[in-house]
Amino acid sequence: MEIPGTELLKSKIFTEKIVKSINRIIKDLNTPIKIMHVCGTHEHTISKYGLRSLLPKELEVLSGPGCPVCVCPAADIDKAIELGKRDDTIITTFGDMIRVPATNISLAELKAKGGDIRIVYSPHDAIKIAKENPEKEVIFFAIGFETTVPLIGYEIQSKPPSNFSVICAHKLIPAALELLISQSQLKIDGFISPGHVSTIIGLKPFKLFSDAYRVPNVIAGFEPNDVLVAILMLLKQKKEKRYETLNEYSRVVKPEGNKKAQEIISNVFESISSPWRGIGRILDGGLKIKKEYAEYDTDKKFDIDIEKSQDIPPGCSCHLVMIGKLYPYECKLFRKECTPINPIGPCMVSMEGTCSIYFKYYKEEYPK
Amino acid sequence: MSSQKESSNIIRLAHGAGGFLQEELINFIIKDIAIKKISNGIGVEELDDGATIPLKDYNQEIVITTDGHTVYPIFFPGGDLGSLSVCGTVNDLLMMGAEPIAITSVIIIEEGFKFDTLEKIIHSFNLKAKEANIAIIAGDTKVMPNGSLNEIIMATTGIGIKDKQIKILDNGLKIGDKIIITGSIGDHGTALMASREGLNISTDLKSDLGFLLEINNILGFEIKNNYIHAMKDPTRGGIAGNLNDWAKKSNVGIYIEEEKIPIKKQVTAICDMLGLDPYNIASEGRALLSVDPQFAEVILKKIKSTQIGKGAEIIGEVKSENPKQVLLKTIVGGTRFIDMPLGELIPRIC
Repeated sequence: MEIPGTELLKSKIFTEKIVKSINRIIKDLNTPIKIMHVCGTHEHTISKYGLRSLLPKELEVLSGPGCPVCVCPAADIDKAIELGKRDDTIITTFGDMIRVPATNISLAELKAKGGDIRIVYSPHDAIKIAKENPEKEVIFFAIGFETTVPLIGYEIQSKPPSNFSVICAHKLIPAALELLISQSQLKIDGFISPGHVSTIIGLKPFKLFSDAYRVPNVIAGFEPNDVLVAILMLLKQKKEKRYETLNEYSRVVKPEGNKKAQEIISNVFESISSPWRGIGRILDGGLKIKKEYAEYDTDKKFDIDIEKSQDIPPGCSCHLVMIGKLYPYECKLFRKECTPINPIGPCMVSMEGTCSIYFKYYKEEYPK
Repeated sequence: MSSQKESSNIIRLAHGAGGFLQEELINFIIKDIAIKKISNGIGVEELDDGATIPLKDYNQEIVITTDGHTVYPIFFPGGDLGSLSVCGTVNDLLMMGAEPIAITSVIIIEEGFKFDTLEKIIHSFNLKAKEANIAIIAGDTKVMPNGSLNEIIMATTGIGIKDKQIKILDNGLKIGDKIIITGSIGDHGTALMASREGLNISTDLKSDLGFLLEINNILGFEIKNNYIHAMKDPTRGGIAGNLNDWAKKSNVGIYIEEEKIPIKKQVTAICDMLGLDPYNIASEGRALLSVDPQFAEVILKKIKSTQIGKGAEIIGEVKSENPKQVLLKTIVGGTRFIDMPLGELIPRIC
């Protein structure tokens, strides 16, 4: 069902008006502008609706590290694979994760060789599997940003069966923004931040960064005109030399976020310095399970040591694509060795991965 | 990487999904055929809807098409394996501008299959053949041991006849042509996906399964005069597969306007939910036409006057820019490519 008023979000007439205003400000600013989003769903909207073809060439919209399966380090997948090789385990995770290549193989390849790897749509399904298989250890490989964390937190604090545990590979978005801002050669003029993450954590964590680093930020929804309005809001700030976190997605995001979800997160998890695939360790960039819930922490239950792992295979440029330094078509494997059917790097796997999106909607650059 | 070499030796579901992997599979199969066509007729290499057998000293030629049917579930909202087999085959003949006259069928059944169920399928097969006014002239039946086949599959060969001078071919698109679709896209594939077990989607969406006979009948004059340059029913691979096929074979650019493409709300919603692209989803009672721009409006009006073509629209045009590509003007006015589908993993759709 469509929410009344939301027709505007896909209205061509409205799009034309926004683009006109964007063009005007870009002309006034008279300098190249780089805006970055950090969400696979935003990239999908931008590409599917051909938004880049509407924007002036002085304005670049870059895709940041916004795909949860892409930023999950190979070592964590290797760990799930090692555990999945045992006869007494069932590995459960979200669909896209099983196809991501790790150091040697993917979970999908382990499955083809007989490993018990199951795709679930929510952590609750994994708990159901644990209840049905009391003789097996059921491991939920938990990935995702703030959006998916409360779901798994809720299950952990509701005392799941003792044969259930979690590989916690959750990542936190605001910390990644800090890393991207500090990459001086990128020179980002503004960020579009993901609306669904803010639905949970509110505006405050983003405000801290826009204040500290004097970079404007807009929380945006996922329809084409949401993204274009967010760009306009960023450009206006740039022109007026303001550096605030503004909320374009106010129809969904409350400034304070979802208090209940935040409580669950802080009850079950604590933030840690965490490796992001191809990007490196990010301070407060991930979560771990608090020791009160250690009985559900796979890391504590099993002593698996991954000595050597490889995040980026030879020739792959995912680490550069993920931070907006390279467009996918600038990678020499793109469309040749690396395709969504035979992905070499993590960004070619999921429909939120930048390379996979570019594979579908672009040839080289966007069409004229 | 050894795992990659290993996997490239394996035929995957995506090889049957109407995308570029399917092209690869077909080329693999046909590459060593010694005789690929009969005199100057259409042969296997054209990869068109069917082939032609030109008859010396006659103004007409025989059109022949052959098709396998593996749909699952075998009964789906709007049709079943039997009706799908006849419609798919007859439509392929129609899309070459032929008049369908006969069909043959192969039925392969799994041991343990029920006579009651078979009866229902045969009944709708016969009924549809009668409706299309075609004869069922030959067939074959095999039973396979339990477990070596899932329930039942069919294969059919359709035979039609057409005037030699009618040329409705995938490589027939001309610069300036208008592209027409005869109704809403993706109904069949989406209805099937929604009806499959485990998805728990309840919807009133039905397959668009149907004959395109009315379209050919009403456009008899335009077909005869070659005002229609290409016709195709977008089954596997959807309109994305079809349009890319045309653009490549005709060496032209095809420009489509998203806001003109008829699509049902339920189709958009279910595709969004399942992460599918409706442009890649099969229809079973729709046709895409590339027509002479001078007659486009008349042709559209005629199609709209039929029952099956009520929802027809002109959705785009053929240009010389961007040859071999399909471009989409999106609903907000942006431009992007529509690529050949890679092969969505929804097997047994037809």
